[in-house]
Amino acid sequence: MTLLHFEVLGAALFCLGLYGVLARRSAVLVLMAVELMLNAVNVNLVAFAAYRGADHVTGLVIAIFVITIAAAEVALAMAIILRLFRTHGSVNLDEIDVLRG
Amino acid sequence: MTLAIFYVLAAVTLASSVGMVTTGNVVHAALLLLAALGGVAGLFVLLFADFLALVQVLIYGGAIVIVILFALMLTRRGEFELTSEHRRWPFAAMASAGLFTVLTIAFVSDSSQFNSVDRSGVDIETLATVLFEKWALPFEIASLVLLVALVGAIVIARSGGPEERS
Repeated sequence: MTLLHFEVLGAALFCLGLYGVLARRSAVLVLMAVELMLNAVNVNLVAFAAYRGADHVTGLVIAIFVITIAAAEVALAMAIILRLFRTHGSVNLDEIDVLRG
Repeated sequence: MTLAIFYVLAAVTLASSVGMVTTGNVVHAALLLLAALGGVAGLFVLLFADFLALVQVLIYGGAIVIVILFALMLTRRGEFELTSEHRRWPFAAMASAGLFTVLTIAFVSDSSQFNSVDRSGVDIETLATVLFEKWALPFEIASLVLLVALVGAIVIARSGGPEERS
């Protein structure tokens, strides 16, 4: 088990999340795919921290910050999705074009 | 032995992720996301990042998946309808497959430097010292971000906002 295993796994998770973001229509499912992408980044950060040696903890610290920002992002996205559902009656991203110029 | 554990965890994580982005049932998608996040937590344990695994289970499994399930239940119309795929899903599949190919080539050709090193862990005391000394200012900024996100979420989701009242 080398660093390469974790790198390729992180890349696969990130690309699956990218597929979910591009191919899904429901805003909630897109949000879940974004969470998957953030987790892929965390896998790579923690793997690099572990394979750099005991005195390199920067990867772990940044992973903690990524989790923090992910929590804030989910709270805000949840509020926006609820608001969209209340005003538009739908969370389908194709039907929401209020910001179109 | 650890290699076998790694492959089991990676298979669980990848299978759950594939199911999550392809299933038609939104509740199944949320539960598969939970399984994928649990697999990632197991990978963190395998990398000696025990604290991160704990935080992963607590925040992702305990908070984020619950919030997503709430969002699903508050935005459904009638029964949980099956979500159809976007009509441009072949483009999405091609884009993600291309990105995966590029990333894998880059990793395979470049990662020789650390591949001979064995992994090692950091005890939580060192992590806490670094977090609260070297990264003290970003830590405070992160708390501010959480506060702003909390207030913003309340303002956005509250019923009867200023534009609805007028």
